[in-house]
Amino acid sequence: MELKAKMESKHLNFYYGNKMALKDISIVAPANKVTALIGPSGCGKSTFIRTLNRMNDIIAGTKVEGEILLDGVNINSPKMDVVELRTQVGMVFQKPNPFPKSIFDNIAYGLRIAGMKDRKKIAEIVEKSLKKAALWDEVKDRLHENAFALSGGQQQRLCIGRSLAVDPEVMLFDEPCSAIDPIATAKIEDLIQKMRENYTVVIVTHNMQQAARVSDYTAFLMLGELIEYGETTKIFTNPKNKLTEDYITGRFG
Amino acid sequence: MKRQFDEELKTLQEKLLQMASLAQDSIATAIKSLEERNEEYANKVLEQEKEINLLDIKIDELCMKLFALRQPMAVDLRLITASLRISSDLERIGDQSVNIIDRTLELLKVPVLKPLIDIPRMASLAENMVKDSITAFVNRDDVLARNVCERDDEVDKLNDQIFRELLTYMMDDHTSIKRAVDLILIGRHLERIADHATNISENVIYFVLGKTIKHHCEKFNYEHED
Repeated sequence: MELKAKMESKHLNFYYGNKMALKDISIVAPANKVTALIGPSGCGKSTFIRTLNRMNDIIAGTKVEGEILLDGVNINSPKMDVVELRTQVGMVFQKPNPFPKSIFDNIAYGLRIAGMKDRKKIAEIVEKSLKKAALWDEVKDRLHENAFALSGGQQQRLCIGRSLAVDPEVMLFDEPCSAIDPIATAKIEDLIQKMRENYTVVIVTHNMQQAARVSDYTAFLMLGELIEYGETTKIFTNPKNKLTEDYITGRFG
Repeated sequence: MKRQFDEELKTLQEKLLQMASLAQDSIATAIKSLEERNEEYANKVLEQEKEINLLDIKIDELCMKLFALRQPMAVDLRLITASLRISSDLERIGDQSVNIIDRTLELLKVPVLKPLIDIPRMASLAENMVKDSITAFVNRDDVLARNVCERDDEVDKLNDQIFRELLTYMMDDHTSIKRAVDLILIGRHLERIADHATNISENVIYFVLGKTIKHHCEKFNYEHED
């Protein structure tokens, strides 16, 4: 499998205090592909995705060993600017978490704190980001309404738009559809599939069909270990490992 | 962990087995009718074919239902896909038995052209191929399935032999043409049955190993994405 890695973990170990949550994980997230992480609850998939933009830094007592590379650069090196890292590696969470602000200001927020003053430019980027998030047509006439007036699915797309506004290269999705209905889920999935043209995507999902639908590569984790990693079509039609097979056919998990 | 889904898959396999045993029996009955020159077997073959057709429809419906409601993955997905294909092959075998009976009924109207030697041999080969392909399916035995595929050449050779032999009869005596053609066609139908058994075995290998071997793709180095 010849893959150009956008992000890559090499022999990654991760600890919450003394508890080892990830054991020797080496996964490649190829550029302009969607990589899905699946596995039973507590397998470490959310922990893993959070290591990719150092979201675990804020949890006390955690420790990382091994390397995580973004374009070949170790993101855990002391020289890495975490704020800069998180603009490059955006993230969308389980529950939509818009700011208590207008739709427009939600998107503009990141631009403003980055120091952008040009109002016309900001408006342009807001429009572009909302279009990329497939939300523009639904909100273009109500940009100054409070973001909480949107439906859950719309809020989630707003959060995607907010991440896209600062022009990331990698997008992380941690269970992005677990709190929204099937129609909204279909929209987000469609969006994720289109995003691979411009971004590298990593998604954690409990929903195996979702992983099968949206991803190019799938990693199956169990109890902090990587059991199998490969092309999604292979994993879901002919997995090599018995554990993977038992999990995806619902024999355990 | 035992799943409700497993029960449904079991039902699917049972239906397929029922269909296979009917298909196998219909070949035997058709050939028996030819050998014993007894037209009373014809009805049985026709009845069996109807039953096979009905099972084919039921299996189609069940597979569609399982796809839609269970979103099967991995070995389950391959089992259902293989079952769909196997059921089509069994259905075609039923049709070929009917074709054999049609030719037989024609042959029973006229005196025997020659003693039957190769056709019963071919029939028993083809029938065993069907039987073994289904045994391979039940036991998830890819080695037996391979073995069935290899036996197809033998049937093809016998078919060529039958054709050549009957050609000499036709050249000697033009009144034998109608009867010889009917026998050649029966050979052809048996040869098709062996092909269907081969298809079934190929699907068994797909089901068991997740590997595609149909259309001799291994010989022209079709890159199976491993």
